[in-house]
Amino acid sequence: MAEVQTKPKLKEHRINRAWCKGCGICVAFCPKQVLELDDQDKAVAVRPEDCIACKLCELRCPDLAIEIITE
Amino acid sequence: MAIKDYIRERFFPHMWCPGCGHGIVLNSLLRAVEELGMSKNEIVMVSGIGCSSRISGYLDFHTLHTIHGRALAFATGVKLSRPELNLIVPMGDGDALAIGGNHFIHAARRNIDLTAIVMNNRIYGMTGGQFSPLSGCGVMATTAPFATVDQSFDVAELAKAAGATFVARSTTYHVQQLTKLLREAILHEGFSVVEVLTQCPTYFGRRNKQGGAVEMMKWFKDNTTPVGSKAKQENPALIERGIFVQKEMPEYCKAYDQVIERAQKGK
Repeated sequence: MAEVQTKPKLKEHRINRAWCKGCGICVAFCPKQVLELDDQDKAVAVRPEDCIACKLCELRCPDLAIEIITE
Repeated sequence: MAIKDYIRERFFPHMWCPGCGHGIVLNSLLRAVEELGMSKNEIVMVSGIGCSSRISGYLDFHTLHTIHGRALAFATGVKLSRPELNLIVPMGDGDALAIGGNHFIHAARRNIDLTAIVMNNRIYGMTGGQFSPLSGCGVMATTAPFATVDQSFDVAELAKAAGATFVARSTTYHVQQLTKLLREAILHEGFSVVEVLTQCPTYFGRRNKQGGAVEMMKWFKDNTTPVGSKAKQENPALIERGIFVQKEMPEYCKAYDQVIERAQKGK
């Protein structure tokens, strides 16, 4: 344990609106309730300041529509 | 390489329904391949027919989209002629164990170095929700409007009995484990089987009142447990996840090379 890993810090949620089908998986399983579906049923990061960049939304997205960009 | 470099972006958004688990398997597989640092040219993906088999069209590897149930037979041919390539064979539950049931057990028996991914959504999605050999008892399907009476196969037990040397199971909820298992299955020398419990919200979920994709994934979370856990002893109904078999056995192409060597010595 020589190195202390610093937590990745969120830069942006890159959401591909053309690929998102609004299944809501990312919204339901986000541990910090960062995401919501908008009136067009597309995922949007409404509380990005709460994001811990765990990337679970990116890993579980069936449409490869979310990318978490970290610093 | 970024994961997007492994896909054929021009075909996106893909044809799967919203919330379909097959997309999550695609996502995990891409990450496994990326973590292994593999080149697109060293992978051949061979698929058969069905929703799950459409995965080969979206990946920028060498791909063969073949006939129903026969993906493993085509893959065996490719592997024997080009043993240096990595073969990945994604199949649906019906494709792998009904139409292709015989190919499945014999590929396992031979221990040929292929990675079979059984995307088990317990239904024939593409043709309209008929029950499959993995639906199990008491399931509603378009061909079982009063529920099925058929018992299902246990993919892991079947693969194990048929001689597969790597057998694992995960779900679309447990994506980190899934990526890890796919990575190990690709690295394993011999016939590897990874069963992935995946949701079909359109046919299975709706007919069986299991809700949408989110509810079905929550079901995977609540009804599965790591292999050998205490929870399984207390509740035998839980489905185990993890690696069931991982052993070394002579691989088919290697064994065949020795036959060629012996035959050539005779001349």
